[in-house]
Amino acid sequence: MSAALLRCGGLTMRFDGLVALDGLDIEVGKGETVGLVGPNGSGKTTFFNVVTGLYRPSAGSVRLDDLDLFAKPPQTIGRAGVARTFQRSRLMLDQCVFDNIAVGALCRLDLGMWTSLFRRKRWRGELDAMIDRARQLARRFNPAIADRLFQPAGAFTMIDRRRIEICRALIGSPRLLLLDEPSAGMTHDETRQLMDDLLAFRSEMPDLAVVLVEHEMDVIRRVSDRCVVLNFGRKIFEGTFDALIADPDVQTAYLGASQ
Amino acid sequence: MSSIPAQAPIPMLSLLQMQRFPRTVVVLTVALLFGGGGLMMHAESQAQVLGLLAGFIVVFALADRTAFGREVSAICSDYGGFANTTAFVCALAVVTAFHNEHYTLLMLSTVALFATACIGLNLQLAFAGIANFAGAAFFVIGSYTAAVLTAYAALPHLLILAVGGIVAGAVGVILLLPVLRTRGHYAALVTIAFGLLLRSLLEVNDSFGGPQGMKIKGFSLFGLNFNRVSSLGSWDASFYLPYAVLAIGLFAMAFTLMRRIERSWIGIALDTVRSDEPAASVFGLSIARWKVVAFLIGNMVIGVAGALYGMMNGFVTPNGAGLGDSLLMLSIIVLGGLGNFWGAVVAAMVILVIPEKLQAIQEYRLLIFALLVLCILLFRPSGILPRPLRDLSRFAGQSGERP
Repeated sequence: MSAALLRCGGLTMRFDGLVALDGLDIEVGKGETVGLVGPNGSGKTTFFNVVTGLYRPSAGSVRLDDLDLFAKPPQTIGRAGVARTFQRSRLMLDQCVFDNIAVGALCRLDLGMWTSLFRRKRWRGELDAMIDRARQLARRFNPAIADRLFQPAGAFTMIDRRRIEICRALIGSPRLLLLDEPSAGMTHDETRQLMDDLLAFRSEMPDLAVVLVEHEMDVIRRVSDRCVVLNFGRKIFEGTFDALIADPDVQTAYLGASQ
Repeated sequence: MSSIPAQAPIPMLSLLQMQRFPRTVVVLTVALLFGGGGLMMHAESQAQVLGLLAGFIVVFALADRTAFGREVSAICSDYGGFANTTAFVCALAVVTAFHNEHYTLLMLSTVALFATACIGLNLQLAFAGIANFAGAAFFVIGSYTAAVLTAYAALPHLLILAVGGIVAGAVGVILLLPVLRTRGHYAALVTIAFGLLLRSLLEVNDSFGGPQGMKIKGFSLFGLNFNRVSSLGSWDASFYLPYAVLAIGLFAMAFTLMRRIERSWIGIALDTVRSDEPAASVFGLSIARWKVVAFLIGNMVIGVAGALYGMMNGFVTPNGAGLGDSLLMLSIIVLGGLGNFWGAVVAAMVILVIPEKLQAIQEYRLLIFALLVLCILLFRPSGILPRPLRDLSRFAGQSGERP
């Protein structure tokens, strides 16, 4: 692994008495996919919320390349190139797919009042470019989405909505992508399709760093280069998937201690 | 490849082959609606009013329930820009038709100005998600600004309208700033408190005329004093005629600007901020910034409408700032359909004109509004005219691809 892109050291998040993250050290390299695993409540989503700035961490450090992102507002972190999806789909279901995808790039577009009101030609130029990008991106996942870019997101199936969410995260060309349980609520077949999607866009964006939270061990095995296991907010394992399966601590965390 | 997916063929293609003459269809539909609206404002006998009301209900039911009606609605929304232009022409035609009818033109101007204010309120509630329970208070701030400025300053009156908007907008921002960091309903509570406070303040403060309020000079433009207008060439004309034209112009301006805001990146940003704050902030959008922008622009529009309304009526009293009038404005936008600017016009007709016309229900008007709003929420939650889907593909490509 070359120099890490994301470096978290001693990251701690306390909610009153509860310690959700306890001195977590995680590094993610450029172009690396890290699978983040752990039982429910072990702090995976909390980790995402802290890295993206939705929660303000209690202690530790978060760096993206040479930027200090510790306890910065989510807007700053998003603009620095960290994008994510959410465990429960957060799309505007009554709005067009295109509008939803465009959200991911809004802060890089011209949001000026003057442009929006009176320089419509300039805005149309930006719009054309955005539609092209959104269509290209959506086509990689499912051509049907690209063809129906101007239909409400609510008209799509669960797996397509998840794909739209991933497109929204990718359209701003992030450096780090955090995927929170992309297979949640999907059938076996859909999970496999989504996995193929992930591998496909992974190979097209060799520099993108990805952290993937997932309960489906199949997905973790196929997609991730390295695994990290959390339990009660602590890192209890780090290594390859094969080593993970054999690790006694991980087995204890998932299945309970043997007598 | 065309950027628009092929539209599904309309089943039950009508015998009239309407798609071949879309503009004719649009003109006829809009003219029918505005003609009916004009007659409604003019109608005097109860039978006429009830007949027109029944007619409107039938037209809306047809548009909603029959294939023919849906086809007409689809054509009108496909040719939205043309339909809007036609609508403004029709509104001016109605004004011309009733050029010497004081009362009809007063009704029409009132509807136009309240609908304008409701466009501002729509930006706040339907787009940014800020419930403003002080709409009437900001409206009255506009009127009081006009009262003070016409009395003590020799400013051109168009500028006074703008200042009315700026004052209302500025007061709103000062009000909103302290509650920006909070979530939930604090902003709504603050606006309720502000409306009540403003009313009491105006009542006890003698420099603003106390409970009697203030007189406001009539509007004059380039030396033409609107209140003295009595003829237009060889025609008799009501002095409300220029007010009606100006009110319609104001509505058209607010409508155009808000449509552009809606159909731009800002529109998407506002929708994101309203529907999902965490997602909006993760993608780099500042919640506070967009709420302030929407609240500011919305109140400015309300303030400008209020300033002209005050100048048209010739006076303003603190009563107008109360919670009741603010709720009336909110019920107009809920009834009309959150986010639909034409819906606000229809609902303003329902709430402002029909009770004036139907003496029988006047005493029970508040009761009837309450029932009406309840019925709408139960049976048609998105309002009389639901908000249209923002389809930016119509702006894609170097125009010309689509009419």
